[in-house]
Amino acid sequence: MTGFADAVARAAAAGRLVVQPRMGMASPLEMRAGLLAVRGAGATTVGTLTVDSYTRVGDHRAALTALHDGARLNGYPIVSHHPDTTRAVLDGLTGFPVQVRHGSADPRAIFGALAAAGLDATEGGPVSYCLPYSRKPLRDSVEHWTEACENFSGHLETFGGCMMGQLCPPGLLVALSVLEAVFFRFHGVRSVSLSYAQQTNADQDAEAIRALRVLAARFLSDVDWHVVVYAYMGVFPRTRAGARLLNDNAARLAVRAGAERLIVKTVAEAHRIPTVAENVDALESAAEAAAQAEPEQSFADTGVLAEATALVEAVLELPGDPGEALLAAFRRGLLDVPYCLHPDNAGHTRSHIDDTGRLRWSSAGAMPIPRSSVDRSGPAPDSASLLTALHRVAHLHDARTH
Amino acid sequence: MNNLVLLSGTASDSHTWNLVYLQLLLEEAGHRVINLGACVPPVLLADECEAEQPDLVVLSTVNGHGYQDGPRAIAELRSRPGLAAVPVVIGGKLGTGGPEPVQADALRAAGFAEVFDDETAITRFREFITTNALCRTAGTAS
Repeated sequence: MTGFADAVARAAAAGRLVVQPRMGMASPLEMRAGLLAVRGAGATTVGTLTVDSYTRVGDHRAALTALHDGARLNGYPIVSHHPDTTRAVLDGLTGFPVQVRHGSADPRAIFGALAAAGLDATEGGPVSYCLPYSRKPLRDSVEHWTEACENFSGHLETFGGCMMGQLCPPGLLVALSVLEAVFFRFHGVRSVSLSYAQQTNADQDAEAIRALRVLAARFLSDVDWHVVVYAYMGVFPRTRAGARLLNDNAARLAVRAGAERLIVKTVAEAHRIPTVAENVDALESAAEAAAQAEPEQSFADTGVLAEATALVEAVLELPGDPGEALLAAFRRGLLDVPYCLHPDNAGHTRSHIDDTGRLRWSSAGAMPIPRSSVDRSGPAPDSASLLTALHRVAHLHDARTH
Repeated sequence: MNNLVLLSGTASDSHTWNLVYLQLLLEEAGHRVINLGACVPPVLLADECEAEQPDLVVLSTVNGHGYQDGPRAIAELRSRPGLAAVPVVIGGKLGTGGPEPVQADALRAAGFAEVFDDETAITRFREFITTNALCRTAGTAS
């Protein structure tokens, strides 16, 4: 196990949920102060070092220029800073695990830079950091991620359970998270975590996280793994109370479904990039909510596991290694992410939120999803209903706290 | 007259929900839409416009870099002989700190027919596409 995975395992054994922020500053001093504040929070925390968007897209020259000119960057340019600088940022933080977050479809330089600085944990995936955020062909992303994984010896988290941030039905999120982890494992990564982002209905989310655990146990039995829940990633409540409630509910969900780690969101989410203090507040609030929640042993089965299993099996039955199988699956529409505009996504699927607040398929395209799982009674697929669906969680949480 | 709209994100913006929403809105108003998606560099945008010959180009961006990315996009479009007259509009969250009227004027001066960057953006955009469609229909009839 890695330092990062080991810390998560120790917390889990002690019955504590690990909570983690998103955080990245260009200045080494500010970055270090942020990490120290997260370590000092009244919660079981791990740290985050998020890279800037120039580094994300591989424009390291622009990042370096910005550093020299003192221009604002929206994250820590880990490739442009010297490894000694990054080591100085982490100096004295021995035993405090830090994950590098980046969003890149070509993470090779970032993986190299974090290893050179003595870090051992990062995240992403060949599908999840290509289709939603990039124009790069999926084939290129798979090649880059293959090379990055084969030269990597740390802990790697899939972002596949967070696709599009919102409105992707849980069966597909679970399947993508598992498939990216299988890809990592095939390319030699021995310690992984599987992500799942909180969606629109807590019961459906708990069922999905349980399904994720069942499939991880089946397909990743020979590597170390844990599950990380992301607080809601769609349009966020505008009120402080609404935002806090949604973040706390994510912590309760994580504990209820047996997840080991949570990535929080702050009360600033709807308005701007959060301050360090707002992040610490979100971490402590989530930890408090988690401490009062209890794991549940059984969940109603509405078919999320069956749907995710069918998707994973259909992809892994395709010829070639997991990367080739993923490429073929998207080409044939066996995997097809709703509302994803990337040219390599078929774009024949649609989803909606039903009357009970659950995410449902309106149309499943060519995916191996039973007709009985497709709900054709949803609202007309027009701009007004899309806007309503995108804002539903925010509105509900803002309204509940007034 | 085929009412074709080319819809696109800007070079530095990876957001797409705005583009998904606008495509539906435009289709409901009777337009055909080609949606280029996220992170479209100016050269690709201009190549697609030359290939598709749209009646209107709509740039949408919400990452706060629109006031910088917009002029680069329209400069490339206007540098192509076949794209000197195609109407181009831009909207969304164009700055990191809310609407900036001076910057919006600069975008108009750079050649954007309209700039939708404040609270009234969607209302004004709906009016614009309705009027735009009517003008073009009338123009075709005459």
